[in-house]
Amino acid sequence: MAGNTTYHYKNPVVRWFDSRLPLVSLVRAQLYDFPTPKNLNYFWTFGGIAAICLVVQLVSGIVLAMHYTPHVDMAFNSVEHIMRDVNYGWFLRYLHANGASFFFIAVYIHIFRGLYYGSYKAPREILWMLGVLILLAMMATAFMGYVLPWGQMSFWGATVITNLFSAIPIVGGTIVEWLWGGFAVGNPTLNRFFSLHYLLPFVIFALVVLHVWALHVPGNNNPTGVEVKSAKDTVPFHPYYTIKDLFAIIVFMIFFLGFVFYAPNMLGHPDNYTPANPLVTPAHIVPEWYFLPFYAILRAIPDKLGGVIAMFASIGVLFILPWLDTSKVRSATFRPLYKQFFWILLLVCVGLTYLGGKPPEGGYVIAARILTAYYFLHFLVILPLLGLFETPKPLPASISESVLKGGSGKPAAAAAQAEKR
Amino acid sequence: MATSDMSEPTRRDFLYIATGAVGVVGTAAAVWPFVDQMNPDASVQALASIEVNLDAIEEGSAITVLWRGKPVFIRHRTGKEIEEARAVPMDELRDPLAENANLPAGSPATDENRAEKPEWLVMVGVCTHLGCVPLGQQGDFGGWFCPCHGSHYDTAGRIRKGPAPRNLDVPEYTFLSDTTIRVG
Repeated sequence: MAGNTTYHYKNPVVRWFDSRLPLVSLVRAQLYDFPTPKNLNYFWTFGGIAAICLVVQLVSGIVLAMHYTPHVDMAFNSVEHIMRDVNYGWFLRYLHANGASFFFIAVYIHIFRGLYYGSYKAPREILWMLGVLILLAMMATAFMGYVLPWGQMSFWGATVITNLFSAIPIVGGTIVEWLWGGFAVGNPTLNRFFSLHYLLPFVIFALVVLHVWALHVPGNNNPTGVEVKSAKDTVPFHPYYTIKDLFAIIVFMIFFLGFVFYAPNMLGHPDNYTPANPLVTPAHIVPEWYFLPFYAILRAIPDKLGGVIAMFASIGVLFILPWLDTSKVRSATFRPLYKQFFWILLLVCVGLTYLGGKPPEGGYVIAARILTAYYFLHFLVILPLLGLFETPKPLPASISESVLKGGSGKPAAAAAQAEKR
Repeated sequence: MATSDMSEPTRRDFLYIATGAVGVVGTAAAVWPFVDQMNPDASVQALASIEVNLDAIEEGSAITVLWRGKPVFIRHRTGKEIEEARAVPMDELRDPLAENANLPAGSPATDENRAEKPEWLVMVGVCTHLGCVPLGQQGDFGGWFCPCHGSHYDTAGRIRKGPAPRNLDVPEYTFLSDTTIRVG
């Protein structure tokens, strides 16, 4: 990330420090002067928004851990203690609980932006795959965090999800007891989940550093999908994108804090305010909303091992996506057919989210099966074939051309309108 | 080049490989305690058996006791339930094995193999799909129904419909007297 500095600093102390550890130059080259395509739209702000969400989760989580007790007899009460006794405890906990949801909102928009504009294609495959790893680490972290309050949903969510591993032939039972540290979810499970829930965000942080590093090698993709050709196509990251990102973060925070202050339990489940009871399963177990599409896929397959494999494969296909999409054109703006399939996929994912929250019976199961089949069809059949049969629209010669002279995309249309006026 | 490839290994080559091998084996040996500490510990293992008095359980009712952190159903079955369970042809069963820890592995899932004394059905109340606790006297077969993902069990706790792969497990148990059993 840090090349040899070419900057010359007037301040002798800065010069002395930077020639020994080029930290100032690193920040300057990567955060201030970093050449960024000048046509990035607001969908590009969600990477920065997700990074802020991670920081909010880290800070609020470290503080909550100062007041929380990871023991089956005390965990539920210690969470109520945070809510009632700790100064601003209600705020910190609601911030953390809703922060998880909004982290996923930001990341899901970030992922679909990557899908729409082909950001996973060469030379950004490693960048994309690191992103998928971040998603997996986030899911593990969110799952274990949801167990900590030790309510009914915590307990039974932990039971159902850890039991997924019992589907593994022969060694499944042994693996599940190893995960539990007992013969059922219990105190050892809670203890280790707390330890790992504290650890994993730092792993995510390290992955984010690699993700940004892998981004800064080829630079940003952009809405045209055409690579940067000259300095005319770019603007420095600061102040153009620092301020644009900050504006987006502020708007995002309005929605986020709106939930924290006015609907803090809307995204949660009331059953989790009942202390965990290993003898009674709640009538209707649902995971947090951000897991619902995967849960729908799990339940769509009538076979236990098959369901577990399909669920993990739904993320696995994202991992190999750079090699499934055979089209050379990145942006959906210039891919008339892919654009339509993109929106169908988005609707299918929304549909799976809805079905994951419904009981597994009758029409819901049939619908979930159809949507699950389509999800895999999209990645494994439609994308490879589309690159061979689709005729893309002509690409602009450069980012500058698309922005200034017209030829394609919204920026051009906006420019044309401006001329008419 | 060819001569150097063909030359005898030197003492230095041996020391390199030996040092590397000891390093790898030593690291692997150090990993094991970190893996094994996750397994059920001595205090968990120590809670392995409980005794239950059956006196208060009337015909047609059941109790749930906690054994090794899991619910165990003890049901005093009615004559009708036993009849229904015995009338099921073996080829209709999804899991043909008794899943009874008191019998040799591979015993068929007849009702006789599921309950040592026909009126007392003792089972771990954990759905074999993803571990929820099934609800009693519900579902299409009058036995148990798991609300999580819709598995139906019959009056002998055998899986008949839904995603669960196995019959409900029968734990090890012995009758200490006519009205007392020890589970585990």
